[in-house]
Order: sequence, then structure tokens, then C-alpha cells
Amino acid sequence: MAGDKTVLVVGGGISGITAAVEAAEVGCKVILVEKLPYLGGRVAQLNKYFPKLCPPTCGLEINYKRIRRNPDITVYTRAEVLNISGTAGNYKATVKVTPRYVEDHTATSKCVEDCPVEITNEFNYGMDKTKAVSLPYEMAYPMNLVADRDALLKAKGQPGMAEFVEACNAKGIRFNLDAEPETFDLDVSSVVWATGWRPYDAKKLTKLGFGTCANVITNVMMERLAAPSGPTKGQILRPSDGKKINSIAFVQCAGSRDRNHLPYCSSICCLASLKQATYLRDYNPEAQAHIFYIDLRAYGRFEFFYDRVRNDDKILLTKGKIVSITEDPVTKDVILEGEDILSGQKIRRTFDMAVLATGMQPNTSLEKIPAQNVKYDEFGFVISDEGIHATGVSKRPMDVGTCLQDATGAALRALQDTVGR
Amino acid sequence: MDLKIGVYIDTGYGIGEALDIESLSKVATKEMKVPICRAEAYWSDPDKLEIIKSDIANEGVNAIIIAGPSPRVFQEAFRFDGIITERINLREQVIWSHPANDEDTQMLAEDYMRMGVTKLNKYEDRAPFDEASEKSILVIGGGITGMTAALEAARAGTQVYLVEKEPQLGGWAAKYHKVFTGRAPYDSIVDSPVQDKIAAVKATSNIKVFTGHRVYSIAGSPGMFDVIIREDGPWIDRLVREQNEWLEAKKAKEQIGQEDEQKPKAAAAAETPAEEEAPEPTDFPHEKVRVGAVVLAAGWRPEDASAFADLGYGEYPDVITSVELEELAKNGKIKRPSDGKEVNTIAFIDTPNQKADHPLLFSSSVASLVALKQAHYLRQTNPESRAYIFYENMRTPGQYEKFYQAMQDDPGVFLSKGTPVGVSNGGSALTIELKDTLLGEHMKVKVDLLVLSTGMVPATKDSAIVNLKYRQGPFMPENVYGFNDSHFICFPYETQRTGIYTAGCVKNPMDFLTCEMDATGAALKAIQCAELTAQGRAVAPRAGDESFPQIFLQRCTQCKRCTEECPFGAYDEKPDGTPLPNPTRCRRCAICMGSCPERLISFRDHSVDMIGSMVKIIDVPDEYSEKPRVVVFICENDAYPVVDMAGMNRLEYSPHVRFIPLRCLGNINMVWIADALSKGIDGIMLIGCKYGDDYQCHFVKGSELAEYRMSKISETLQRLALEPDRISVHQLAIDEFNKLPKIIGEFMERLSEFEPNPYKGF
Repeated sequence: MAGDKTVLVVGGGISGITAAVEAAEVGCKVILVEKLPYLGGRVAQLNKYFPKLCPPTCGLEINYKRIRRNPDITVYTRAEVLNISGTAGNYKATVKVTPRYVEDHTATSKCVEDCPVEITNEFNYGMDKTKAVSLPYEMAYPMNLVADRDALLKAKGQPGMAEFVEACNAKGIRFNLDAEPETFDLDVSSVVWATGWRPYDAKKLTKLGFGTCANVITNVMMERLAAPSGPTKGQILRPSDGKKINSIAFVQCAGSRDRNHLPYCSSICCLASLKQATYLRDYNPEAQAHIFYIDLRAYGRFEFFYDRVRNDDKILLTKGKIVSITEDPVTKDVILEGEDILSGQKIRRTFDMAVLATGMQPNTSLEKIPAQNVKYDEFGFVISDEGIHATGVSKRPMDVGTCLQDATGAALRALQDTVGR
Repeated sequence: MDLKIGVYIDTGYGIGEALDIESLSKVATKEMKVPICRAEAYWSDPDKLEIIKSDIANEGVNAIIIAGPSPRVFQEAFRFDGIITERINLREQVIWSHPANDEDTQMLAEDYMRMGVTKLNKYEDRAPFDEASEKSILVIGGGITGMTAALEAARAGTQVYLVEKEPQLGGWAAKYHKVFTGRAPYDSIVDSPVQDKIAAVKATSNIKVFTGHRVYSIAGSPGMFDVIIREDGPWIDRLVREQNEWLEAKKAKEQIGQEDEQKPKAAAAAETPAEEEAPEPTDFPHEKVRVGAVVLAAGWRPEDASAFADLGYGEYPDVITSVELEELAKNGKIKRPSDGKEVNTIAFIDTPNQKADHPLLFSSSVASLVALKQAHYLRQTNPESRAYIFYENMRTPGQYEKFYQAMQDDPGVFLSKGTPVGVSNGGSALTIELKDTLLGEHMKVKVDLLVLSTGMVPATKDSAIVNLKYRQGPFMPENVYGFNDSHFICFPYETQRTGIYTAGCVKNPMDFLTCEMDATGAALKAIQCAELTAQGRAVAPRAGDESFPQIFLQRCTQCKRCTEECPFGAYDEKPDGTPLPNPTRCRRCAICMGSCPERLISFRDHSVDMIGSMVKIIDVPDEYSEKPRVVVFICENDAYPVVDMAGMNRLEYSPHVRFIPLRCLGNINMVWIADALSKGIDGIMLIGCKYGDDYQCHFVKGSELAEYRMSKISETLQRLALEPDRISVHQLAIDEFNKLPKIIGEFMERLSEFEPNPYKGF
């Protein structure tokens, strides 16, 4: 029904994927642009969703299937939108696509495990290394290898490299490190902006020990630590010594609801910590989890999940503000200090590991939409009602289900741009 | 349809080195009589695709089989207009999980070749069902959600019918004094935007509004719903009473059913007697409209305030609910009900009824925001006033935190955690006693007025609203939380009644902003449903699927299983007791195909005969070969990727298993088990999604039904004199690929304790 009118969706996380498939299934042509080499965004890095404790890849897979079977959706990964001009119904967008620097026939990481060059694994938030050529993750879409050009160029001539490249050739995996990025213009009638969020930089919380204490990690890292495809294959072990974790602390509002950092509430961190407490309890039934919070914010039906978790007598909840985390230099245990809000008593407790419940910072707060007339609030969330349709966490902090509702609505806004013009 | 099949074996990826391709080709050409079989490396390459295109153009090939990588990759490359494509997974399922150049690996590949060709041979050419083409939509509820859905759909060019039971539009939003908006700069409250919205609805030519009306009934199915709209009146009470009686009878029946034979909830449904299927009498003034899809935005009502009796509600006139305060606030200065004195001190209790065993009585973040807003009312009209807000957890998500901060900065507002213990009337004021506050374990405050936040009960809790003329009854099925949505994380608009989408507070307590957002999404889903239906395609999760179920009714025994087990109520019933399919209600899960003991239900590309024939074509070596054979039925949504990932990680498991993917494990038909066992297959495994309250099954109860059916298989096994342990059912989440070799290994181990199936060779 939308004729040849095209919708450009920027951002291939769960919001962007949803906007794209919903728009395509109502008859629009859709171009989905994602910066990373794979779709899925932040949810692809989650171990489980609250409150059902089910793997996000289950829903993602259905969506990838919807993309694969729909000829009206074109996906560009490693692509960025450089500029957008025009108005609703008639935009011109400039897109730059960076090559994957390797051509393969849907190989897997197993096919290139002999690669002698290793790089930091950003998918696992730097907790381990990956090969300089790899499949981003097991259920990645598109299911193609991607090469780190700089790392491979640097390693040229190193022992084993020539043999590795030759072995790859034999498997139909061919490097093309000289490939050039490609830039082109698109005429589209509507733009949906869904570039999502990043975890707030925990290093800015200088008193909370991230980066200085080996066993202080963030909530997004905890997701990878618990994931079967994570750096420890799902074993929740502490980073300093690989020791089993018997006590863990969750520090809520690490940055959020803090006028010096993220003054708003990130909406999902309380539930994320409740969920992560269950990860540890499932992995190690002896372990104890302690959540320090200001307000435990479980909304709507999530309250049932909250109830379920707090009924576990090894999950403790303290209304308290943690102000400092230090490390025992010998044991590498973490020492939390703060105040119990109800009793007014000081808190000083030692744990095997601490997880900072860092909040969601909209990517639009750091990288603005390259277009005119986009309005933002003081935090960098998009607030324009007209023109480009921001959706998901580009608008406000939301859980996954809410992002999907919002993105489905964005698909309708996009459809409106394409009709009657 | 006469198929001319071309088989394209991919020798890339190491397949050519690991398998005897010549022998595999012979299975296709000699044994399966396929006219064209070619072997090349990397068929997805453009120059290789040209070969396939040439076969299509010059050789008349109209069905292709790609025997190579998993169908989960290169789906786009092998999409040819009008050509049926089948994939044989030689890479992930064969060479990546089994040793190269091994007899058993070769036998596995050859079996998959037989099964793939057999599957295509059983394909039936059938045009899609595209006879339901109405694209207008019905919106039930004229509050902020319903009006937004109507406006947003109308802006996309859709004709909308908007039905509101009250004499005027606006719903709750029109009753509020002011609202918190969630819009920048977030720190205050504004006049309700509802009047503007009402004006916009009235000014939109493609919205037809029925105020003072209700939906009397909805019959039909997506693309052809027939809606009877009737003026509000006493008839609704009678209808609700009848519906509740029906519901009670259904529950009673379910209970008996469960006691009788341990049937899961899913499998037992009440039956509407056939005589009720007579045409609806409409001897009253009404309007009949035909719509393609429905948005249910019937909103909420406050929970029964008698639940707050322990906090003095009903006893003291100055204990009121947050809904009642809105009325007081509209009159300017807030005066207390008992004596009309201007209120100087007020207390709010955010969560007065926090009881875990009290489902639905929650109001989410709305309660906190309402308390903050109402404290602001008093502070604005009476600068000398003081407001106390007691909460369990102050819940102001996202940017609403700024509103909370603004209220914290107001010295006249006192905010504290606190659990109310009791309320008493101390003559001129109420005394509220609280525990666990920020000012100590116990505290007392004296106030003129106490406001209790009220829970938001979805309107669907009291009556069906949609009043469906479905064989499965007038109600939308509920999830474990008592709402009508079925996959609230990944697919929040899905319900178990196709083409009916819920939005707003009928599906969750929401603030205005979220209601508007949700309404917009629901409007899209309704438009999309009508659009896809008109094209003869399914809606999510099998969006675009053009197949639909056909029933060979001549042999139907009126057992009613298909009508009872369909999670989406796709089957009505004819007076003779046979099913009446509604193809556009169908989500194409094919659960009905598994439920039919007479094997009468089929899809063009998925049928009992097709799967049964695949089972029967498996080559079963004789009992002395020490090569057992196991058929593993897997859900194509989650278990199939599990098998792929096991292959990607080169996890090895027995080469004696043969996977058969199903649309949902609920497709499993008992006859396949009998087919397999009587053919000499030694064991059968079923791998599906997790079920229960937190089900992961995309079709709600398919995997649960599969388990249920297998619990009934003992009769078949007894008849064949085989051990019941030859069948096992498993639940695997999509990320549990590491467990696959283990569960297969354990099953093979158990099987090795039995003699080979004595039916081999028959």
C-alpha cells in the first residue's frame, strides 16, 4: 500500500529491527542501517530477559527470519548515516558503508580459530579476546565473518599469518583489506531513528572502583559473564582469580538518578539486578546476593518478578546508598561503604564481587542526528514530535517490551509519511 | 502440481571432501528419480545462481533443493519467484557434527536427501486464502488510548469506527484536573490534552464515532469481522451475567477434566452447545459494520475501594481514593468531604494494598506519579499547605525523575518510605500511623485528608468487551497476569485472538505518554493485519506465510480436538459438530494438524502425509547392523537453531539421529510415532520450547500439547509391544546448544539397553 515509498531505519537493535519488520510487513520498502557488523544491538549481548528469564536470541531469531523472508527489507551493516536533508515524505540520506574486509560463505568463528592475531572482544565488553577475523556472535545476522583491518595489516609478515591466509583461501574465506568504504545517497520518504543507548561510563563514578578494583564489574558485563556464549561460557567466576563467587553485591543507581551523572532514572536497572541475582543463585546455590538500592523500581507486572526474587532468602535487599568501593589488596575482595537509609547506620561490607548497575545513556546525547530541526532534552533524548521519528531509548529509557511497542508505533508514523504525498 | 525438481548439492564448506558426492547424487537421481542433480561449490555465488536460473528457464525446473548450508543462511539468495525451495542441511547437521568420510555420516546425508525430495514430492499447489479484504478497523474505547489509535490509523488513510460506552469521548483523561506529561521539561503538570484530542477525532472525516454505544458482538475473522454496535442499555448487564455463568461452567468443566485425566489446562476447553450457533437475533436498533481488525482500548476501572477498609476507607469520609481526589481538585481549592474545610495537610499512600496474592491490584509507576501530581495540586492552590507522600518504593521512571526532584525541592512536600499500620479519627483530623519510615521505625502524622492510590483493574476483568461469537467463547484469553497479551517481551501486540490488538491500560497500567505510544503501535498492527489478510498472508510470527489449513471433512469424527486445541480460536463449529475453519484467524502454527487423530488437516507445504512419508523413507538398516535409527522432531523456531549452533561449534553427537523440523512441536501427530515405530525406527525424541507460565513457545502451548500427546502414546506402544522409554520429550531454550549432545547421548544410551526394534524390515 505504500507503493515505492521507502522508510530508512537507522539502528539495528531491537527497536530498529522492530520498526523495520513492522513497516515492511505493512507494505513499506525498508532500508535498515546498522553501525556494527551485526543486528541485535544491546539485547544480543543480554543473557536473559526479565521477567521470563528467557534468551533474547529466541525473539531475535524470529525477527531475523522475518527479515530473511521479506524481499522489501534491505540491511546494511557497518553502515552509518552521515547526513539527512529534506522533510517528511522527501528525505535524502547519505550512507557510508565500511567493508567487512573479508568475503566468506557464512563461515563460523570455528573456521578461523587458527588466526594468529587477537583483538579485544567488544561484544564481551573487553572481558576476553577474539580473533581479528570472526563471526560477531553465534546467532549473528548477517551470518558472515568480519575482519579487523588494522589489526590484520599490523600483523602482516608475522609468523603463521601467510599460512593462515592461505588456509582461509582454501576454505573460501578471502581477505580484501584494500577494500574501500562506499558512500551513497538514498531517497526515502521517512526516517526512523533508533540508535539506542550505551552503558554509562562507569569510570566516571570515581568512588565506585570500576577500573581500579579487579572485581568490580558493570551490569552489562554481568550479562556476558552469565551467557553460555560469554567469555567464561556461562560460568560466573570472578575476574581477578577465576574463583567461584559466594557473595555478590549489586549497587543500584550507579550514575542514574544522580545530578552529577545521569539525573534521570534508567528504568530497567532494578529489574536487571534482580534478574542477575537469579543468574548467580542458579549457578551457585550456595551464593548470596545483596542488592543496595534507593527505590526498588519494578513496574506493572514486573512486580510479580520482584516478589518472586525477594522471596529467595539468599537474595538480600537493603535500602541504602553505596558511596565507595575499595579493594582488599591481598584477597582482591571488594569493600562496600555507604549508608543504610532506613536505619541511618553506616554500611561496611566485604563481597567477592560487586556489580555496578550502570544506567542507559542515549547515543543521541553524544552523537546527534545529522539533520536539521531535531530537538533534544537536557539529557540528549530526542523530543521532536515532527520530522524524523525517534524511537526506543533514543526517546527515553525503556525496557525491551516498551521499546517494541514504541518501535511499532514508529512504523505507523513512517507509514503516514509515505501515504498521501 | 507437477514438480520438476532440481537438486543442487553444495560441495563447498568441506562438504565435497567429507561426503561421497557421487553416491549422494545417485540417491537423488536413481533412487528418488530427480531429473536434475548438480554438484558445485558455493551455490550462493552469483555465477552459480545463474546455473539454477538457467535450469528454471530452460529445463522447466519449478522446485529446487539446495543441499548445503543451513536454511538459516542464504535464504535471500535462493528466493526465486514462483519456485518452491527446499533446503537440506548438509553442513551444520551433517559434516560439522559428524566425522568426515564415515559410513554413518554418509548414510545420514543420504537419508536427508531422501527426506528432502520426499518432502517436495508431497507439496500441494494451493492458492492462498485471500477472500477477506476489509481494511477498516474498529477501535473499542474512546479514552486517550482509543482516540490516539483512531487518529493515528486515520492519518494513515484507514477508515476507523470508534465505539465509546460513555455519552462522550475522553475516558479517564477527561475526568482529571491536570496531568503529568512526561514531556520536557518534565518538572510540572499541565492541563489534560484530552479536549484537543476529542476535537481532532471529531474533525477527522474517516473516523466514525459511536458514543453511548457498546460492541454487542464480533463475529467472523480478520479481514471480515462483522461487528454489531448497540446503544448502551440494560442488555449489557444481562450479557455480562450470561458470560460469567458461561465462564464459571467452563472453569468447573476444566477442573473435572483435570481430575479425570490430568489434562493440561490448555487441552481442556468448554464447549458451546451447537444450538447456540444459530444466527444472532438482532431485533433491536443496531449498526452493523465490517472491519478488518480491532484495537481493544477499553481501559481500566479503579479497584474496589473496599479493599482499603483497614485504612479507614468507608469509615472516615476524609479517607478517599486518588480517583476521588481528582473530582475535589477540579473545584479549585481542595476541601475535605466531612465538613468542607479547606485542606491544609494531606497524606498520600502510594501502595496501600501491596499484597502478592492479590494479582492485578497494582498500578505501576502511575500511583507514584499521581501522588506527586496531587500533592502539587494542593501546594499550588494553598501555599501554606503540607503534603506527605508515603511509599514503598518511589517509582518515577525515566525523565519523570525530574518531576520527582522538583517535588523534593518543594519544602511543603514531605516524602518518605513508610508502611501504613492504621488510621484513626482524632476529632478534627485523621491520625495515620506508619512503620519503617525514614524518620524512624514508627511515626504518626495528623492530616485533614488521606488519599489512597487505587489499583487499575483492566476493563476486561469484568466482562468480555469484545463479545466474540467464537466457539471458544466471548473472551480474550488471559495470560498468567490476567491481561490479554501473549508475548509481552518480544511481541507485545500478540494476543490469542488474531486481529485483535490490545492497547493502553487494558494491557498494563500506563501513564498517558505510554498509552499514546502503545495506541500508535496497536493501530499499526491492526492496519497491518488487515493488509496481510487481504493478501492471503499470515500475521506474525509467521508473517507472510500463504499456506492455510484445509480439512478433509468427509472423514471427520467430530472429536472437536482441533477446535479445542487451537491456541487462537480459529475453528468454530458447524451444527453437525464438524469444525468450521476461519482461515484468517489462523496463525499457521499447525497445532490442529497434530491434534487431528484422523489426519485430515493439512497445509500445502506441511502435512501429516508429508512428514509421515519423510519418516517412512528413512533407510533402516537391519537389526544386526548395530545401526539404530532415531527420529528427532524439533521445533523450527528454537530447537532448529540449537542444532545449527551445535554444528557451528563442531559438537558431535550420534549419527544415527534424523532431525525433522516442525512449525511448532505442537504439530506432532501420533500417527508419525506409529509410522516410525512400525517401520523399525528404534526411538523418537521431541525437542521443543519451554512451557508453563513463562512459556517460550511462539504459539503459546504447542510444546505443552506435544508433551500431553506423548503421555497418551502408551496405547500405541503396547499394541506394538515396545518399551515406553523409546520416546522422550525435551525442552530446550535456543541458547542451550551445549546440552544437545548430552540429551541425545543419554537417549542413545537408554536405547542401547533395549533390543533393536523388532519391526525392522517389515
